[in-house]
Amino acid sequence: MSQLRQEVVIEACGLTMKYGSNLIQSNLHFQISKGDVFVIMGGSGCGKSTLLKHMIGLYEPAEGEILFSGQSYFSATAKQQLAMRKRWGVTYQGGALFSDKTLAENVALPLEQYTTLTSKDIRDMVHYKLALVGLAGFEAFYPSQISGGMCKRAGLARAIALDPDILFFDEPSAGLDPLSARRLDDLILQLRDSTGATVVIVTHELASIFAIGSNGVYLDASTRTQLDTGSPEYMLNHSKHDVVREFLSRGAGGGEYADE
Amino acid sequence: MNQATLTVAKVSDPTVVITLRGSWTVSGVLPALDQLSALLDCGQLKAVAFITGDDFSWDSRLLAWLLACQRMLESSQCQFDLSGMPEDVGDLFRLANTVPPNKALPQRHQSLFHHLINRVARLGDESMELLAFTGDLALSLCYWLSRKGSARWSDIINFCHQSGPSALPIITLQSILIGMILAYLGMVQLRQFGAEVYVSNLVGVGMVREMGALMTAVIMSGRTGAAYAAQLGTMQVNEEIDALITLGIKPMDYLVLPRTLALILTIPLLCLYSNILGMIGGGLVATSMDITWLMYLYQLRDAISSGDIMTGVFKSFIFAVLIAMAGCRAGLACGRSSAAVGQATTNAVVTAIIYLVVADAGLNILFYHLGI
Repeated sequence: MSQLRQEVVIEACGLTMKYGSNLIQSNLHFQISKGDVFVIMGGSGCGKSTLLKHMIGLYEPAEGEILFSGQSYFSATAKQQLAMRKRWGVTYQGGALFSDKTLAENVALPLEQYTTLTSKDIRDMVHYKLALVGLAGFEAFYPSQISGGMCKRAGLARAIALDPDILFFDEPSAGLDPLSARRLDDLILQLRDSTGATVVIVTHELASIFAIGSNGVYLDASTRTQLDTGSPEYMLNHSKHDVVREFLSRGAGGGEYADE
Repeated sequence: MNQATLTVAKVSDPTVVITLRGSWTVSGVLPALDQLSALLDCGQLKAVAFITGDDFSWDSRLLAWLLACQRMLESSQCQFDLSGMPEDVGDLFRLANTVPPNKALPQRHQSLFHHLINRVARLGDESMELLAFTGDLALSLCYWLSRKGSARWSDIINFCHQSGPSALPIITLQSILIGMILAYLGMVQLRQFGAEVYVSNLVGVGMVREMGALMTAVIMSGRTGAAYAAQLGTMQVNEEIDALITLGIKPMDYLVLPRTLALILTIPLLCLYSNILGMIGGGLVATSMDITWLMYLYQLRDAISSGDIMTGVFKSFIFAVLIAMAGCRAGLACGRSSAAVGQATTNAVVTAIIYLVVADAGLNILFYHLGI
């Protein structure tokens, strides 16, 4: 395990992100090892989701690059890009399910695209993936017929359809009640443990950050750069920046969550 | 209720004590700030203390006045001392001051002149984008023809159903009326020369070469082009398009191509249908005047050649591609808010109609010179 942890899966090198001429974050450096649960945290509007979208190749970095096992997405050929994408699973804030398709069709889509399974095998596979996220029996439902929390879990089922090596989550627990959020956290950890996937997660829910985060980066909205990187506990106790310690302790100055 | 009043007293030189009396509430009239600034010598002020006098009452109005007062005295950086006021006033005042006000201005709407300049400058970019979109669509079609793309027949048939049979009622109404309008127009003009029988030529050629294709396309751009823009725009808002891209599926292959193919299949058929109904509509008018159905149909047979029909169908094929492109491009370029979806829909219809008119004019010139 200790040897596995050394392997760097994702690395940001001097990453700068811009929307047009509008600077979002500059000069980001961090490393994500295999099996990490990496938390991107920071206040509202600091560019957490934007960083995630850069990582999954939706936006091109203004400067610097993000390396996946040493390979940059944007300098890869189209074929390599597709191969990289197949190794990623992404869940979006609202689930982003295709609204004109049933849950089963949503989860089946990546399987139909990239595997040669027969339609019966795909059906079984879809059932298994939906059962994993606690949605067995909802195959024939449309996204509009289920609750927001269920949509998120169905989005997760679609993201893990191809057994990805890296799972990206955009605010998984936003808008969920505390119990559902907790269950989702447990689910993420279980998936990580059983499949050995690396997890990158955008969140500002403190409970989640400490419950599942093993590594992370704090983005600051006012200085527009990262203030610290490391595990949440380490940042809470050892960060040089008051803002980071305050954020991680809801303004109490540190220590509150450190014993957990 | 007592009028709100204040008195200013200088205690020690840089400090001023202001006593507030009466009702400082929303329903009262407060002393104007200019009046206060006249009483104070703002330049050397170091501290202002507020204390309460007789019959003092207050609500949010007082706090708003105090903040306005603070803004007025901002340049002299004098201290506000509210210890003589009720405790809640001091607390609310501090709360209002915890976060310093934002200095940056929001983006202003540009002046008309700048707006125009920007639009003209953007025209170049937009035509490049359009060209790139066309190229992408063509590539995607090639992939699909070589059986590598992800467009599925089930999707295409579904879109055909949405755009074809469901559009029949409105196309029927529209075509019959256009045919009747053409016939009335022709009857009135041709009667002057006693050439009423040639109304068949006018209605037939008018429908087949021009009106059938163009009017069907206009209806379809409002009906289906707008629907495509709204569908893709909403998918953009829901991050569904992002989800597709991260699944490694190109929106062009999976969303745009099936919609375009569906329109290419249905619009020419709708155009033929519209031609026939237009001629029937024209016939209804003509026979109600002094032409018999036999004369009308006989003349119609001579008037229209298969070349005319092919011309109209070819036009409607071009229009189908343009409508699908305008709709899908507006949808994919949609922003991430509900207002943006509305804008994308408007955009889709407006650009589609511009494309239609320009393409129609171009094609007519081309056909004229080719002698078709």
